[in-house]
Amino acid sequence: MLDTLLPILIFVALALAAIGAWRRIRLWRQGRPSPVPFFRGLAAVPRRYLVDLHHVVARDKVMSNTHVATAGGFVLAAVLMILVHGLNLAEGVLGWPLLAASAVMFGGSLFVMRRRRNPPARLSRGPWMRLPWSLMAFSLGVLLATLPTVGILPQDAGSWVLAATLTLLVAWGIAELFLGMTWGGPMKHAFAGALHLAFHRRPERFSSRSGGEGRSTGLKALDLDDEQAPLGVQTPSDFTWNQLLGFDACVQCGRCEAVCPAFAAGQPLNPKKLIQDMVVGMAGGTDAGYHGSPYPDRPIGEHRGDPQGPIVAQAGQTLVDADTLWSCTTCRACVEECPMMIEHVDAIVDMRRFLTLEQGSTPNKGAEVIDNLIATDNPGGFDPGSRMHWAADLDLSLMRDVGQAEVLLWLGDGVFDMRNQRTLRALIKVLRAARVDFAVLGDEERDSGDVARRLGDEATFQSLAKRNIATLSQYRFQRIVTCDPHSFHVLRNEYGELGGHYTVSHHSTYIAELYDAGRLQFTSWKRGTVTYHDPCYLGRYNGEYEAPRHVLKALGIDVAEMTRSGHRSRCCGGGGAAAITDIPGKQRIPDMRMNDVRETGADLVAVGCPQCTAMLEGVVDSPADVRDIAEFAADALVVESSSDAVPPTVSDNASSSQEVVS
Amino acid sequence: MPHELTKPASLTVAVLLSVGRHPVTGRARRADQDARGLELALSLSAARIELVHAGPFDDACEASMRGYLGMSSGYTETGADSVTLVEQPSQADVLPALSHALSESLAPQLVIAGERTEQGEGSGMLPYQLSESLGWPIVGGIVAVEAVDEGVATLLQALPRGQRRRLSVRLPAIITVNATATSPRQSAFGPARRGTLAVVEQPAVHDEAQDEWHVEPARKRPKRLKIVKSTSARERFKAAAAKSDGGGGQVLTDVTPDEGAAAIHKLLKEEGVLR
Ligand code: SF4
Ligand code: SF4
Repeated sequence: MLDTLLPILIFVALALAAIGAWRRIRLWRQGRPSPVPFFRGLAAVPRRYLVDLHHVVARDKVMSNTHVATAGGFVLAAVLMILVHGLNLAEGVLGWPLLAASAVMFGGSLFVMRRRRNPPARLSRGPWMRLPWSLMAFSLGVLLATLPTVGILPQDAGSWVLAATLTLLVAWGIAELFLGMTWGGPMKHAFAGALHLAFHRRPERFSSRSGGEGRSTGLKALDLDDEQAPLGVQTPSDFTWNQLLGFDACVQCGRCEAVCPAFAAGQPLNPKKLIQDMVVGMAGGTDAGYHGSPYPDRPIGEHRGDPQGPIVAQAGQTLVDADTLWSCTTCRACVEECPMMIEHVDAIVDMRRFLTLEQGSTPNKGAEVIDNLIATDNPGGFDPGSRMHWAADLDLSLMRDVGQAEVLLWLGDGVFDMRNQRTLRALIKVLRAARVDFAVLGDEERDSGDVARRLGDEATFQSLAKRNIATLSQYRFQRIVTCDPHSFHVLRNEYGELGGHYTVSHHSTYIAELYDAGRLQFTSWKRGTVTYHDPCYLGRYNGEYEAPRHVLKALGIDVAEMTRSGHRSRCCGGGGAAAITDIPGKQRIPDMRMNDVRETGADLVAVGCPQCTAMLEGVVDSPADVRDIAEFAADALVVESSSDAVPPTVSDNASSSQEVVS
Repeated sequence: MPHELTKPASLTVAVLLSVGRHPVTGRARRADQDARGLELALSLSAARIELVHAGPFDDACEASMRGYLGMSSGYTETGADSVTLVEQPSQADVLPALSHALSESLAPQLVIAGERTEQGEGSGMLPYQLSESLGWPIVGGIVAVEAVDEGVATLLQALPRGQRRRLSVRLPAIITVNATATSPRQSAFGPARRGTLAVVEQPAVHDEAQDEWHVEPARKRPKRLKIVKSTSARERFKAAAAKSDGGGGQVLTDVTPDEGAAAIHKLLKEEGVLR
């Protein structure tokens, strides 16, 4: 009886799954076009799965093994089952591997089951709770049904009751695994996930065999010359089709939720829920079918959307609340953790763009900051002619006077901030001690555009960027060094699309290089415990985790690492203009970060970012002082003799200092 | 002159816009007070909004007008997405052209203007001269238009120290907005770019008075220091927060215009404004 039932079952399921796939693909195709290399993308899937995706999954060893056993066993078992039970091919030979595959899968599903017994809060429940049972039903059913095939049991073993039970078991498993894949069950992640790997909007983020960096963090530019092109994303169908595909690939593992600083602070953002809301919007309906953690303090079931309707509705029921989008610090912790390679930050900024560029509803100080950037080229509205006032006594070479230098020192908007001026002074002391030939743009420098872009104001970003690129193109230098990771990221990764290509180094990288080249000497550090806070825009955005630690080590400091450090570092709360939009939560992100510091027992936190400095220094009752890497280095400098520290181009500087003072 | 004042839906509001100037960098922008005027107009439901600017049509003008147009998101049906640009050479007296455009083609019942421009003469006289030439009443220092009913507008006027006075005025009328009126909404790039500038030609009248003027940058004037003889923090705070109230002054009621003018003249002489 099984011999007749199984083939029917398998082929009906395959046919239904194909129909489901076609309908799902139509949902994705509602998005805007985005050209992809079709065959090359498909061909890249195995590598992207085995190397890149697995690299992320393997951070959780048990889960990674579980997934390999279950998924690997399933793929093998499914193919063999179609051959053996569906087409009756080489049953005697292929039956054995089929037996083995389903056994492995069964083993995997036991682990899935174990994890589901007491699932952590980040995991979704609902249909996900039945998944281990379905996996078991499938693997056990196939296992048992294959026993007679390979002759372990006689062909006519058991009664028709047994055969019917077995058929039901297999049917259940096939329904979940084949139909659920394309009709929207938990297994959808496998189908959408594989295609998402193939047609990812950022193919460059995957490693390549030739050793590509596998990092792609710069936001993509809007085409502002085309007046018809939409300014950001208003409705789910304004996303590109492969972004929609990406949302659909979410496996609701909640890793993003677990690392999101805004979620932890009780702000109304949960990256996992956000992605699920996008899926709701793409398919149309309400979020009532969502079974994970909500946005803090926002009940489930009150949001609805449809593919052509606005995501942030100005009245009535909305798919996502605006303050959800404005809570994000763009720290990329979610993207870094997501095993499905979903790009949350891109999506959030896309939606912010619409709110700012079309609706003019940037919250809190956002609008004022944008106005300042437009009118004065800096977010604080300071006189752009006063950029160099802090350095009136430093005799800095101006590019306008010297025309070229080995290093162009990009100062950033920290020039207007008294705290950051100390960092800049320290950095200049270090550069002079190493006799670096450097110059600054002075009043010709503008805000890099980072804040404008994260606030969604692509127009102001591009205006600033283009003018900065024009200024930079007048001068010759080998590289740009900056102590602001935000400027660093924008200059390095986001100016390229607009025609500005530079070698850019963070000051910690540069100091490390100078030290390694023997151009700096440090006395060793003698006081207190030091921990290091990785700035998001230096670490996750640019992969620089080592250089700052190297500098600290050169000073003889043994860094007492926080639990969340390196690629898992917790944001200071100041990125992505979150300090400007200032969406209220239950606690403040910098306070949480200072608690991380407290746990290490350190009395000093080393940082490498003016924004982190400001946020962490703003913590009341702080257990530790905040110091920039440059300050550490400057304090420990061994200067051979004082006359050596005088900059090499004194004559040039005399004229520039006059200009500054006047 | 407009006639259908009975139907509130047919209220037409003209907002006079000037080219603003950022106080720090001098870049062209939407002028803060005029933007408040536009914000006030947008708050009037079912009003048709006519944006008007008279002056030379150059880059600064366009940048500034687009600043106002950027406020029209969600209000395109009111007409706030288009500026009537009465083009005039820079040396022209825009009053005749503006008054002609208002009375002949735009026909508003309510004209909203800022109190003074951020550059140029900045005398704040234009609304008064318009009022004279059109023969419409003018009310200054308005923070809100509460209602328009049967051709009568109920206005809220700002007085010193946060006081407010409710006034009724028969339309058509001109109002100027106070600096404490609702601050203008954000100007967004999309609507600013899409908005239209409809240039209309008007004969220019040369401003002869301007020829005689000599313009130079203002010098920084010394600030008068407040002398605070305080003993407690509370008093110091009060002194810092208080507006100087000038002490004296008198309220004249029921006097003839001549007596009033004489009183003002006397005060100006005392203060050394007139010599
Ligand atoms: S980027 Fe950071 S703040 Fe934004 S959603 Fe992801 S984890 Fe949360
Ligand atoms: S977005 Fe990624 S990390 Fe977050 S729940 Fe979905 S798959 Fe997991």
